[in-house]
Amino acid sequence: MELSDRDHALVSALAEGLPLVSHPYRAVGAQLGMDEAEVIGRIQAMRDGGVIRRFGIIVRHHELGFKANAMSVWSIPDAVVSEVGRRLGDAPEVTLCYRRPPRLPDWPYNLFCMIHGRDRAAVEEIVAGLVRRFDLGAYPHAVLFSTRRFKQTGARYGRPIPRAAAAE
Amino acid sequence: MDDIDRAIINSLQGGFPICDQPFGAIAEPLGLTGTQLMARIRKLKEDGIISRFGPMWHAERMGGELTLSAMKVPAERFDEVAELVNSYPEVAHNYAREHALNMWFVVATEKPGRKAEVLAEIEARTGVEVHDMPKIQEFYVGLRFEA
Repeated sequence: MELSDRDHALVSALAEGLPLVSHPYRAVGAQLGMDEAEVIGRIQAMRDGGVIRRFGIIVRHHELGFKANAMSVWSIPDAVVSEVGRRLGDAPEVTLCYRRPPRLPDWPYNLFCMIHGRDRAAVEEIVAGLVRRFDLGAYPHAVLFSTRRFKQTGARYGRPIPRAAAAE
Repeated sequence: MDDIDRAIINSLQGGFPICDQPFGAIAEPLGLTGTQLMARIRKLKEDGIISRFGPMWHAERMGGELTLSAMKVPAERFDEVAELVNSYPEVAHNYAREHALNMWFVVATEKPGRKAEVLAEIEARTGVEVHDMPKIQEFYVGLRFEA
């Protein structure tokens, strides 16, 4: 989807999130010289176009009680990696699942799953369960627990609208 | 956090209405008024449970780039390198992990080409190789959590 300057301005205005007021889209528009209907129309179009993956609460999983997280990775032959990825992606315990390129010699793994749990033991149990259920025991595997979180700001997007355009 | 807060978190990690009075529209099934719902969301933000309330963007569909990168950072240089990596606004998050590749961070950029610049700069300024591992296929990106 091709975003216009006005879309980018809206993306930028939403960087901190939606204002918690009864007419939030009107409030966002007021900063940009857009009326409520234009803001609603543009956000709907971005949602329908898949530019917005989802809209709502984004939680801090650690603060919510998911104190442990592990990147669980496997080295799966190219011929079957998509099939295995799809099956793992459908597992309710898996919070993210991607295929990525291996980087030899340091990194032979090509399938990445994020697993979050209350504590380390819970995550280990989940991973062991996935290995059993999906018969992954034969593939090289690693579980990388996180030891420190340095930054979790989320991505920043958007650019402010030029003054002249805002006044249109 | 009480049962209503948990219900808010569990039901509002997607599908927020895009209409003139969205909080009013979704408050009733939760047994709240729009004003009460906003107050609870504000409190959950203040308490750090909610990091943001709004859209989660799809970088590539905005014309941007997103990648996961990893570095093998010597232990004695870890904090220094982390500080440099985190100083880039394009770095969305960064975790230390238990592996020879011990620093893992996500780079999200708006303009094509900027990702390569950021990774090259980090490599040049730290002298540590940066492994770029962009996704090849996406199987699941839910990243939802039950309270």
